[in-house]
This record gives sequence, C-alpha cells and structure tokens, in this order.
Amino acid sequence: MLEISNLTHTYGSGPGAHHALGGIDLKVAEGELVCIVGPSGCGKSTLLRSIAGLLRPTGGKVVLGGTAVDRTPDDLAVVFQDYSRSLFPWMSVADNVSLPLRRKDMDKKQRRSAAMEALEQVGLEGAAAKYPWQLSGGMQQRVSIARALAYRPSLLLMDEPFGSVDAQTREDLEDLTLRVRSHHNMTILLITHDIDESVYVGDRVVVLSKAPARIVGDLRVDLPAPRDQITTREHPDFVHLRAEVGRLVRGMRSQSAPAS
Amino acid sequence: MRVLRGLGRLWLVPVVLVAWEAATRAAEDNFFPPPTAIAVRMHEMWLSGPPERLWLTDAAVENIPTSVGRLFAGWLLAGVIGIALGLMLGRSPVLSRFLDPIIEFGRAIPPPALLPFFLALFAAGAQMQIATIVFGIIWPILLNAGDGARHVDRQHLETSRVFGFSRSQRLLRVILPSAMPKIFAGLRLSLSLALILMVISELVGSTNGIGFQLLDAQRSFDLPGVWGTIVVLGVLGYVLNSAFLAAERRLLSWHRAAKQTI
Repeated sequence: MLEISNLTHTYGSGPGAHHALGGIDLKVAEGELVCIVGPSGCGKSTLLRSIAGLLRPTGGKVVLGGTAVDRTPDDLAVVFQDYSRSLFPWMSVADNVSLPLRRKDMDKKQRRSAAMEALEQVGLEGAAAKYPWQLSGGMQQRVSIARALAYRPSLLLMDEPFGSVDAQTREDLEDLTLRVRSHHNMTILLITHDIDESVYVGDRVVVLSKAPARIVGDLRVDLPAPRDQITTREHPDFVHLRAEVGRLVRGMRSQSAPAS
Repeated sequence: MRVLRGLGRLWLVPVVLVAWEAATRAAEDNFFPPPTAIAVRMHEMWLSGPPERLWLTDAAVENIPTSVGRLFAGWLLAGVIGIALGLMLGRSPVLSRFLDPIIEFGRAIPPPALLPFFLALFAAGAQMQIATIVFGIIWPILLNAGDGARHVDRQHLETSRVFGFSRSQRLLRVILPSAMPKIFAGLRLSLSLALILMVISELVGSTNGIGFQLLDAQRSFDLPGVWGTIVVLGVLGYVLNSAFLAAERRLLSWHRAAKQTI
C-alpha cells in the first residue's frame, strides 16, 4: 500500500548542504506495523514528513495506495512526538478528536459518537470535556492517538510517539498501539530511536544508517502474539533480534542475513 | 480571605482623600476644590434627577451613554478591521512586506493631528469622533494580530495540514485562537487609547458627551465640575479595564493554564 522508491532529501545546497536521506526504498504491505529505527538525527523524521506530504523530497517517489504523494494524502494521520504542541489547547479533548472529522461525510452527532468511541478505545471516555492541559503527558498522547483512530486513516504515521513520556506510560502506550492496531487492522509506520520498542511493537523493523540515511537492515519480527511486556521481552527471539537491531544501528556488521 | 485582602489594600484610598480634603481646605484655592465639594457637584450634575429614572439627571442620560457608545463603536470597529487585516498580514509575508511601510507611517501619525481632517470630512458629530477613535487605536490591534498570526506553532499548522482542515477551519479554529492572547493584549491597550481619543474628539467637535461636559464646565469656571468630570472619566477607565480583564481571564483561561503546565 505504501511504496517508497529512491527517496532522497537534501537540506540547503552547496558545501553546507545536509544530505538527510540518501536513497530509501521501502514497501509496506496493507495491515503491517513497520518500525523504523535509527540513530538520532539520521533523517527518520525527514522520511516521515516526506511520506506525510509535509515536506517535498528532493528526489524519488512516495506512492500511497496507488497515487503519488505530492501533498498531504487524504487518508493519512500522524501522531507527533510533541503532543503538547499537536493538540489544540483552546479546544476540549472531544473537540480535538472530532474536529478533523468535519471533512468526512458525517453530521455533528456522528462526529461526536465517533470521537467518543475513539476516546473509549484509549481509555479516556471520562476526559472528553476536559482540556488537553488538564491531562498528564501520557493521557495527552492517548488523546492524540484517539484523534488519529477516529479519523480512520489507511496509514497511520507515528513520529517517536512515546519519546516524551515516562517508562511505565510508554509501555502502556505501546500495548495500546498493539491493541488498537489489531482492532482496526490499520497500517502503521512507527518511528523510534528505541531499539527494544521497535522489536516489541513491530511486525518488521527497518534500520536506517546515519545521515544520509539508507536502509541497512530489514528484519521480520516473528514473536508470538499477543505480545506481553514481560514474557515477550524475555523470549530468546526478542533478545536475539534486539541485539541484531542494536548492532545495525551502531553501524556494525550484521551477524546473520536479514530476514525478508 | 480574598475580600479581606482586597479591603486591606484599599485602606490608602480614604487616607489620601482625608489628606486631600484637609490640604485643599487649608489652601482655599479655587482651582483645587476639596473632594467633598467635588462630590456635591458630581451629585448635582448627574445624580439629582427624578427617582423613576434612578436619580439620573438629563445631563447624565445625555452625555455618559453617548460617550460610552462612541467609545465602544470605535473600539469594536477597530477590533474587527484590525483583527481581519492583522491576520491577513500575519499569514501573508508578501502582503506584509508591501504594507509594512504604510502601516509604520500610519501609526507614527499622532491621532489628534487628524482631527482637523476628520472635522472637515465628516463635520462635528459621532462619525468624526468614531473615525478619530478607530484611526488612533487600530494599530496595537493590527500589529498584535499580525504578530500572533505570524507565530502560530508550526506543529499546529502541520496538524491542520495532515488532517486536511479547510482554509476557514484553519483560520478560525487554529490561527485565530493561537493569535488570541496577543490580540487581547492589543485590544486592552486600544481600549484605554479609545477613552483618551473619545475625550479629545469631544473636546474639539461636539455638543454632547463627557468631553463636551468637561469643556463646558471649564468655560463656565465651574472648577468642581471640571474635577467631577475628570473623576467620572477615571472611574470609567477603571471599570472598562477591570471588565476587560475579567473577560480576558474567562476567554483565555486555556492560555494561562496551558502556559503553566508547559
């Protein structure tokens, strides 16, 4: 459903130019949850912004659902890392979730019930009338996820979505992502710099090199479902994959050939 | 507790009044009548009317609402034009580059300097006064709205792009609320400017209004009347500012709270 071919991006020009993406080729199938992991500053966000149509790449192509992305695609949602700047503080939680639904063919009542349903899925049905700043960071990120769920995108992009919350909340949100994903059968592209997280959440882990980013590894994660924060993380395959991804991220040679 | 503390801060007011009373009585200067004399004159001027009209005199009914009406008409008009133009300028760098010199020139003109022009254009009356007020107070609103619209958080704009907000949604639901704290700062400043320009415009070309009453009292050497009118203007300014702050606290509660948590 998503096809990226030879995607490059360079910021600026001349000797001071920064080559963020050095030719990315990636295919994501319908319903897949792909984690993209790489060292800090490697161009992960540039990749995501190009897919979202927020940035015009300097070369290559992004094709989503058969059409080339040249502006923000209609059925795509993004969960940003910085929830406090992504949610609108002047609107209630319910309004934040239902506002994007105005472009869909829904009346006010339907929008409201879709928003409530999404909030229920993230366990925040009681917070609909509150304002984002009245909630904790983890809860705000849940609102942001609910907003994306209510929108029912065919592709959900998550840009380091759990990077600004504490460890406990992070695990809760990872499990929440897995839950809603199996419920909606959505295609998700999750960007992270956390190696454990990428292996725990993903069906596939794509490893990027330092900038200019290239794909240095593409590993299939075949861990037993449903995943569990304790047992999955002690599974020998998890431990092995984590080490494998870790090596790739640090630019070391892989010990075994990548799956797929 | 808050009431008590509020009262605690007010103790200085009677002390100053008593001191002023004593000083002016001792001085016996016609230009500085004692506060009691001013109070008596104020009562005569505005509150000695028939009980069925809440004791308001003809002068009170004729002048005070007229002046306040002009002030609000000017303020609202400046608000609407200033916010609309400001948002446009803030969102369009091209427009802003073209219009900036004109705006800088316009706001450099002292508004009272335009009174002769507006007098010639509209003749004495409400139109001329409102035009003076609008021209004098629009700048802080315009510049603040522009500044607010220029500095909308990039992620808020990207969020509206990702979720495909329409132009009007983006403007009304994202840009305008983002700019609101700055717009309110502009509106507050222009409210106090509006009071000043209201008085000035009434001093020059008017046959009613608080400013006219002030001029009238001065012409008839009614010094307690002059002082009384000044007191009314002071009270009016104080009440307007307090009402504005109360409204701002309500409407921008999200802003203050969101600021505190970040």
